Amino acid sequence: MNNQLLLRSAGTMLVRILFAVVAAFPIVFMLISSLKPDQQIFGDMSSVAAFLPIGNISFDNYAAVFDRVPAARFMINSIGVSAVTVVLGIFINSLCAFALSRMEVRGKRIVFSAILATLIVPFQTLALPLVWWVNQLPYFELDGFSLEFSKGWLDTYQVQIIPFLANAFSIYLYHQYFESIPKELDEAARIDGAGWFKIYRQVVMPLAGPATATVAILTFLPAWNSYLWPLMVVQSEELRPVMIGIQYFFQLNVSWGEVMAYASLITVPVVILFIAFQKSFINSIASSGVKG
Amino acid sequence: MTLSPLPTRPPEAIAAAAKQSSSPTRHRRPRPGFLREQISGWGMIAPAAVLLLLFVFLPAILGFGLAFTNARLISPRPVEFVGTDNFARLFTDPTFWRALLNVTYFAVVVVPVQSALALAMALLINKKFRGVNFFRTIYFLPVVTSMVVVSLLWMFMYRREGLINQLLSTFSFGLIQGADWLNDPATAMPAIIALSIWQAAGFHMIIWLAGLQSISGELYEAAQLDGASRWHQFRYVTWPGLKHTRSLVLVTITIQALGLFDQVSVMTQGGPLDSTTTIIYEAVRSGFKQQETSYASAISLVFFVLVLLVSAVQRYLTREKD
Repeated sequence: MNNQLLLRSAGTMLVRILFAVVAAFPIVFMLISSLKPDQQIFGDMSSVAAFLPIGNISFDNYAAVFDRVPAARFMINSIGVSAVTVVLGIFINSLCAFALSRMEVRGKRIVFSAILATLIVPFQTLALPLVWWVNQLPYFELDGFSLEFSKGWLDTYQVQIIPFLANAFSIYLYHQYFESIPKELDEAARIDGAGWFKIYRQVVMPLAGPATATVAILTFLPAWNSYLWPLMVVQSEELRPVMIGIQYFFQLNVSWGEVMAYASLITVPVVILFIAFQKSFINSIASSGVKG
Repeated sequence: MTLSPLPTRPPEAIAAAAKQSSSPTRHRRPRPGFLREQISGWGMIAPAAVLLLLFVFLPAILGFGLAFTNARLISPRPVEFVGTDNFARLFTDPTFWRALLNVTYFAVVVVPVQSALALAMALLINKKFRGVNFFRTIYFLPVVTSMVVVSLLWMFMYRREGLINQLLSTFSFGLIQGADWLNDPATAMPAIIALSIWQAAGFHMIIWLAGLQSISGELYEAAQLDGASRWHQFRYVTWPGLKHTRSLVLVTITIQALGLFDQVSVMTQGGPLDSTTTIIYEAVRSGFKQQETSYASAISLVFFVLVLLVSAVQRYLTREKD
């Protein structure tokens, strides 16, 4: 009996390892190949050497990537766009959820249900009309002391940020979380003379850490990974995000070592964030499942 | 990775609740601070509400309207109403039907295979054991890798002399020679299917895991006391306990599958011979590359109707079984 149990758990472990190998091998292959010259990548491919950092190992491919592509510029753009989207998104959505959850605002339930209704519209449906629409929007720019006016948001930073700030799912998550914080805390603060914004900033938000972590991750991932949208609305090289950078590698004489280096370069920061905040990552994905 | 979450309650139910609860206070004298609460409340709701109005509601309505016009992205001509011309053109376009067929093929394979693999992974790491966090991290690794990077990486692995063919040849002792995966109309779509499942299974594993952990441990203890086998425990405790998770996973995978775009855009551009083109890829091709906003809006509208139809059908099916 004991032997049978042991055998079974060994079998389960074997299956776990098999799944882990399948999940990990392409990523290991990518990281390892990024350190090798092209000739060696193809030479190693028929043996286990493809997954081992042996032979002629160097960071030459990374150096070459920075020569071929304005990689640093793309990284700065993506970090900037994602950071602004996350920070402003957290502020705007939590503020909205605060009023909807904790204040007696006339008509708030209709507003909340209208917000939730937007969840059924996939972004792909909106993308094409949205391109046309942002191209019609007016655009003001303060140039020194004169106010410049132009039409069309195409090819700007704000076209990569503003349409994605308000997010129904973030509002929903904050709303759920705020409902679990006792309302008596607000009452106490009000008796002490605190205004609504002060209650939001000093009472409720400090208690909503887990919700903020979830919203931050669910905003950051699509912002960092966005491809379809910047492909359509950003033309200038100096405004492009990292994912669009891959197009630089589809010219003649592809160096796969460099492609793997660039792919690693734009993946590793996210993987490090994921490992550092693993619990929050897992919770944020799980939260999209608890509503069933 | 796109999240397409669904609302918990139908909006009508919430709106109905709002009507009931606000009526008793209507005739009473407003309490002190009432006006201030209204003003600051609406001030707090406004930024998000205005942005959603501008960038979700308006484009949705616009998309509906533009589909019946001749609008182009950049054009000196004024926008004119053309009736159902765009749809007539769409439904007689063989490429559109091919795209529809392709995403159906993609969804029919991906939905069952990916949800089953994700459930298997979730079951493998559901119970606590030494190293559970290690496996969880590894299984989730492909999900944090962007689909664009994944596509690029697999494009390299799918080459004729690439890693996939080398592995196939090694493990079959030279029997399987492999294909030129992405350049052969017969294998291009299966190749895209494989990498899509590889990338996204970990995401749905987490959703299954959340469902599994909501099942009470007492149920398993009771089943064990009754001498139920592992299979019976799964069949009569786990499976019914995952009722809600099941429909959620099915709906999200199906909607993601129908919206297939990134992989195709990076790897095949719809080819070879339209064998991997998709609805969204066609919408982007006409709306962005050819600047035909109106035609692209018509395609987007058809896509939206399809998504609504699928979620309605799936909701109906899962409801009837309960």
